[in-house]
Amino acid sequence: MGIVEIDNIAYEYIRRDEEGNVEGIVRAIDGISLDIKKGEFISILGGNGSGKSTLAKQINAILYPCEGTVYVDGKDTSDEENIWDIRQSAGMVFQNPDNQIIGSVVEEDVGFGPENMGIPTPEIIERVNEALKTLRMYEYRKHSPNRLSGGQKQRVAIAGVVAMHPKCIIMDESTAMLDPIGRKEVIRAARALNDVEKVTIILITHYMEETIYSDRIVVMDKGRVAMTGTPKEIFSRVDELKKLRLSVPQSTALAYELKKRGVRLGEGILSGKELVTALCRSYATM
Amino acid sequence: MIRDITIGQYYQTDSVLHRLDPRDKLAGTLIFIISLFVAKNVTSYAVATAFLIAVILLSKVPMSFILRGMKAVVIILLITVLFNLFLTPGITFVSFWKIRITYEGMKTAAYTAVRLTYLIIGSSLMTLTTTPNNLTDGLESLMKPLGVFRVPVHEIAMMMSIALRFIPILMEETDKIMKAQLSRGADFESGGLIKRSKALIPLLVPLFVSAFRRANDLAMAMEARCYHGGKGRTKMKPLVYRGSDYIAYAVIIMYFVLIVIAQRVGML
Repeated sequence: MGIVEIDNIAYEYIRRDEEGNVEGIVRAIDGISLDIKKGEFISILGGNGSGKSTLAKQINAILYPCEGTVYVDGKDTSDEENIWDIRQSAGMVFQNPDNQIIGSVVEEDVGFGPENMGIPTPEIIERVNEALKTLRMYEYRKHSPNRLSGGQKQRVAIAGVVAMHPKCIIMDESTAMLDPIGRKEVIRAARALNDVEKVTIILITHYMEETIYSDRIVVMDKGRVAMTGTPKEIFSRVDELKKLRLSVPQSTALAYELKKRGVRLGEGILSGKELVTALCRSYATM
Repeated sequence: MIRDITIGQYYQTDSVLHRLDPRDKLAGTLIFIISLFVAKNVTSYAVATAFLIAVILLSKVPMSFILRGMKAVVIILLITVLFNLFLTPGITFVSFWKIRITYEGMKTAAYTAVRLTYLIIGSSLMTLTTTPNNLTDGLESLMKPLGVFRVPVHEIAMMMSIALRFIPILMEETDKIMKAQLSRGADFESGGLIKRSKALIPLLVPLFVSAFRRANDLAMAMEARCYHGGKGRTKMKPLVYRGSDYIAYAVIIMYFVLIVIAQRVGML
């Protein structure tokens, strides 16, 4: 049994006018089933309005499905009694770094989650220091979050989740507002957590380059799962991705175009390095 | 412009006063303020002055920094003094035209000036030596008994600390919106008071909209991190009294007793 089990869920946003009459219904999620295994690094890709953020909020019990059920660590999210357990085992990192940091000192912010869980003081301090060291933000523990860069702020936010000892971390477009350096920092941190601490990572993004290290990619479109597979499988289907208005990583796109023109290259090239090796090999055999 | 106000600001240094428990400083400030209203003669004011000077020296906050905070209230101070000077009835000291200054007026004006100045210096010393976080922690802990009357003490403290956290962010945002509107030809500086306050609308509306959006995001982020009010919550840095804190309590109580004695036996 997986850490997160999504069983055929649907979710509707109901728009109402000023008198409370139903104006329109947007079906943000329309029949999704997904099983996420412990320790997996899974990416959920999708364009704007594909329902990927709505899906993320289902896992953290911020939203409940209208139809179907979501189980996190074997617990049903629609059951009121489970909600604090679920939020502890499935931590969430949001998009805007400024709007999710609560404390005015880095270490106090990281301690916020454990404080809410009612953990005794000495253990909170232990957890905070440990989480900050894992995210390599320990030397900034006395700093004000306002002075940090976007990537550093996001790492503090991740540390805040890590201090709660979650089994799974959902990153809801956590890199969308960062510069390329910040984005790299955050992705590296997520990969390290997955590799070393064996935390399940659910990365929600619309940047393809970030997903190449994941175990599995789920591509969403209009509230449904459009494609699912390993990065190599997904990125070899360039035409389909283009139809979903998603752009593939540059090296993959280049490899795809070269192949179309007759250069013999392998399937699913993801990084520049891979492309170089493949090109060299193809020239050697010519 | 907003950045120039020093009242409520924290002055970073290491002193006995900085290390003191915030509850100590809050209670001490309250007692000091009460003592200023108990004191009504020269002897008791001398005691208060000596105490205040001692505390300022202990705080290691430079005098110039403290006085800078006074600038903002100088007008209020002046108005109170003038009102007291001219409007107190009693034995005439000098009079010209329709204005009359009495001995009593001079005395109350002088006392009011001293009282207000000490009050402001005393309370700004507290904020200068206590970090905002410590202050809200102290307030929360001191107001805890009010929880019996269903006062949401923890929630008030949480609101205060979040407000403090968002001040710099909203200030930066104001700056950004101001520049954005200026680049579209907005004019914040010319015209009279009415025209200028009307010009603030295109600044305030987007600021409020964004503040609400931030509040919404923050509430979600807090809930996602298991925030569910003060019930069953522990503290990462709980306030603990140390030896020096008890000494400080003893000192402030002794000071208050001295003031009362000085008031009884003192002259004028």
